[in-house]
Amino acid sequence: MNAAGEQFGVTSAGSDLPSGESVLLSTSAPLSQETTRAGAWQLRWRRRVLMNISRLAIVAGLLGLWEWGVNAGHIDPFFWGEPSQVWATLRLWITVGTDHGSLAEQISVTLQEAVYGFLIGVAFGVILGIGLGSSRFLADLTSPFIKVGNSIPRIVLGSIFTVAFGFGIESKVILAAVLVFFGVFFNAFQGTREVDRNLAANARILGASRLQVTRQVVLPSAFTWILASLHVSFGFALIGAIVGEILGADKGLGLLIRSSQNNFDMNGVLGGMVVVAVIALLAELLITLLEKRILRWRPPSHSADMTAA
Amino acid sequence: MTITTSAKGGPPVPAIELVNASKRFRTPGGGVFTALRDFDLTIAPGEFCAVVGPTGCGKSTTLTLVSGLERASAGSVKVDGKPVAGITPGVGFMFQQDAVFPWKSVLDNVAAGPRFRGQARSKANTAARDWLRRVGLAGFEDRYPHQLSGGMRKRVALAQSLITEPRVLLMDEPFSALDVQTRSIMSDELLGLWEQTRPAVIFVTHDLEEAIALADKVVVLTVGPGTVKEVFPINLPRPRRVQEIRFDADFIAIYEKIWEALRSEVQTAYARSTAAAAS
Repeated sequence: MNAAGEQFGVTSAGSDLPSGESVLLSTSAPLSQETTRAGAWQLRWRRRVLMNISRLAIVAGLLGLWEWGVNAGHIDPFFWGEPSQVWATLRLWITVGTDHGSLAEQISVTLQEAVYGFLIGVAFGVILGIGLGSSRFLADLTSPFIKVGNSIPRIVLGSIFTVAFGFGIESKVILAAVLVFFGVFFNAFQGTREVDRNLAANARILGASRLQVTRQVVLPSAFTWILASLHVSFGFALIGAIVGEILGADKGLGLLIRSSQNNFDMNGVLGGMVVVAVIALLAELLITLLEKRILRWRPPSHSADMTAA
Repeated sequence: MTITTSAKGGPPVPAIELVNASKRFRTPGGGVFTALRDFDLTIAPGEFCAVVGPTGCGKSTTLTLVSGLERASAGSVKVDGKPVAGITPGVGFMFQQDAVFPWKSVLDNVAAGPRFRGQARSKANTAARDWLRRVGLAGFEDRYPHQLSGGMRKRVALAQSLITEPRVLLMDEPFSALDVQTRSIMSDELLGLWEQTRPAVIFVTHDLEEAIALADKVVVLTVGPGTVKEVFPINLPRPRRVQEIRFDADFIAIYEKIWEALRSEVQTAYARSTAAAAS
């Protein structure tokens, strides 16, 4: 969402908060606020419709240009594909199926790998991040290993995993988990380190045990950091699953893309990309909803709207 | 919560007792910084004590020693006659910055103390509702702290501390972030609530007016490393109205007396800070 729309969002959210010390005083204002709020809402709605129409126009324009370029002979469809044929390939996959079975089956295999990898990576990242974040000794002990682990190009590990764990889903799950782990780990670690000392002290004075401080102070404050990393992390999980499949698999979207490439069928590669993009967008939407639910307590933030549109 | 009673017949056990307490911190540069030195202070049960002193004289350090958040480097710190080791039970603490949990609703924030101590949710919530009513926040149970004004958040913090019925309440410039009007309203409410449960209080502030208006005695600290310079009993009658008491002739007289003691310390502290800035 653009800056102006965001400003409206912020002001309308701010106006239903009691601004003064006295609760009684704030009841005199609502009438005039109500009318301006309705106006602001209408304006926002109109902007939104206009914005989405413009976006669709841009997409249609680019696709149209591409298709025209192919028809006019400026673009070679052998290398670059063409939108109508990508669409035809997708339709064929959906109605008839792919060379390796139905499209739904490929999607479900890739999704399974990505989701398992994501969950495992997040679990290890959160546990180790919070564990090392709360122990200076462990953090100092392990920091060189983690730095080395983080600096190697982890995609290469996919080759090892494929050989070691075979063409089934295990090697992809592990690759996805490794890719997810580091991002989540560093955020959980930092989030634990940044816990407000006053809050922890307050909890201890109110009678919280060590475990209660961890669960009720460290975890919630680290969660703002962890959730921020989840957006990127699911993307990593998908990359892990698909790269794993490209390196060697008997099912999945990566295999579909790989075998299309082997047949010089660029429309198939692009069709696979479209399916992956749709999955990534849906996952992003789910994570945003989850984030909103978990971080209800946070004041409306300025960056949150970027993904909401 | 354990309740210790004073030994019958003997002299009453002070609520808080610091004898020759010192606190040294290691600085990042490897040196040693002395925040408190040979600090003596005795506070009777139910007594309201204000601690004033120049910036950086170790006022807040006394509170961390009494609460058990930090341990004294030398000397003894006792609460209810028992040496402090670990977090002192029966102590409430109000911090200078907001220390309410931003991810808990107002009700859950106030109920946090009893819940940490293992009380059932329904019982803790009933008590929390009662305390929210007492601090004038009935109807705000489901709000989150960021939806409240600064003064309201202070009320939440106050209810959060008082719900555990502490026998010792430690306050570290709790109202310093508030505007002047809100501040005197909060001071009045604090006195009203204090009368209800009567904990012993150490109220750290650099505002002498606030100190005199609230306290039974005002302790003036020297410039750091802090130690007690002088103790002034405040015999103004209670109940007091913080907003009006400052026009009282007795108030003005005692203010002048304490200011006399405080002024040289403040000036030394100021001279030090400008010298440090110049070098």
